[in-house]
Amino acid sequence: MTKIPLQFRHNGRDVAIFVDGGTNLLVALRELIGDMTPKFGCGQGGCGTCSVLIDGELHLSCLTLAETVAGRSVETLDGMKQGPNLHPLQRAFADNFAAQCGYCTPGMLMAAKALLDRNPSPSRTEVIEAISGNICRCTGYEPIINAILAAAGGRASA
Amino acid sequence: MAVTVKTFANASEAAGALSSDRSARYLGGGTLVMRALNEGDVSISTIVRAQDQALTRIEASGPRITIGAGVTFARVLAERDLAFLHAPARSIGGPAVRNMGTVGGNLFAPNPYGDFTVALLALDATIAVQGGFGSRDIPIEEFLQGRERQAGTLVLSVSCTRPASSEAFRYRKIARIKPKGGSVITVAAHLPVSGGRIAGARIALGSMAPTQIRARAAERALEGRSLDAATIAAAAAAATEGTSPSDNALGSAWYRREIVGVHLRRLLSGQE
Repeated sequence: MTKIPLQFRHNGRDVAIFVDGGTNLLVALRELIGDMTPKFGCGQGGCGTCSVLIDGELHLSCLTLAETVAGRSVETLDGMKQGPNLHPLQRAFADNFAAQCGYCTPGMLMAAKALLDRNPSPSRTEVIEAISGNICRCTGYEPIINAILAAAGGRASA
Repeated sequence: MAVTVKTFANASEAAGALSSDRSARYLGGGTLVMRALNEGDVSISTIVRAQDQALTRIEASGPRITIGAGVTFARVLAERDLAFLHAPARSIGGPAVRNMGTVGGNLFAPNPYGDFTVALLALDATIAVQGGFGSRDIPIEEFLQGRERQAGTLVLSVSCTRPASSEAFRYRKIARIKPKGGSVITVAAHLPVSGGRIAGARIALGSMAPTQIRARAAERALEGRSLDAATIAAAAAAATEGTSPSDNALGSAWYRREIVGVHLRRLLSGQE
């Protein structure tokens, strides 16, 4: 089976890899690029922990055929921190105890970033809707919702 | 286990590739086909794609609307002229699934999915498909009845007539997880009114049979009547007729039969 050459932008950096036909973006990111931040959860679109931004839009990398991102921009959690500093969302997650086991956290942060990038001051309902495709089995969601609201402007109890 | 990916510039070439290869599947948004590959479905050896702009076109300005098969639910939600379809589009997945999943793919989504198709069935949609020998329009009911045999054809678009008012089209999905979750049952009703009486009622149900189906007995109970309490009760009582729901993790067949009339009554009475 011939390998397919694939080039795209990964967290602002151009990358070039060879993928097998049918390889999903999650496998390409983790196994071929070495970005371990998006996680494999269900492989079915039910859990959201593989969430990444493709051209700024939230997508599930495990359900994305890798070669469909050719020439596009893929953002993962690995690209979120700004130099040595955590992104405000990451800081808010830490401050609000929004991560316990941490497995959902990469997807939660990408879903939250997708929300705040287009809606900098969301309502609580909008936050709940934004992370509705992401499952967390530890926190009961409240700390995550509060963290996103806090990152959006200190309205943690809104 | 690699598969061969064939990408075409236009839909008719993709349809040709699809019809000539039984192990080929068309990749739309990926929420069905990539999932099948992740689950190790060895029946798929070829993935067919089309980068045809016609597949992502929305024509929604007139009384008859057409949505390209490759239009995502996020785009349906962004289209003000498709407001009557926002409730079903919003009931699907989380934001990522709505950014990926397409109107055409939803026609093939098995239970407990396929909610948008329930709305399209109530709206008597027409499905434009392209096979190896040209394109044709199929009524949605006929399409769904032969869904297993449609694998070799490519859905190009769906079209339907815009409901006369927001009251004339109603939709409700019952899920255990809110705001997102697979359907316990899904109910959609198109209730055109002529001279104060319902003329051409269509009730569609999801998760009440192997594919989305119409509740014909309930439709008959509504036909030619005004939407009063007695009519609504008669329609609700007839809701299970002809249904054959299954047990799954979200609900039992018994439970689905118990609640379908309740939710149809609430939908018809305009209750939350």
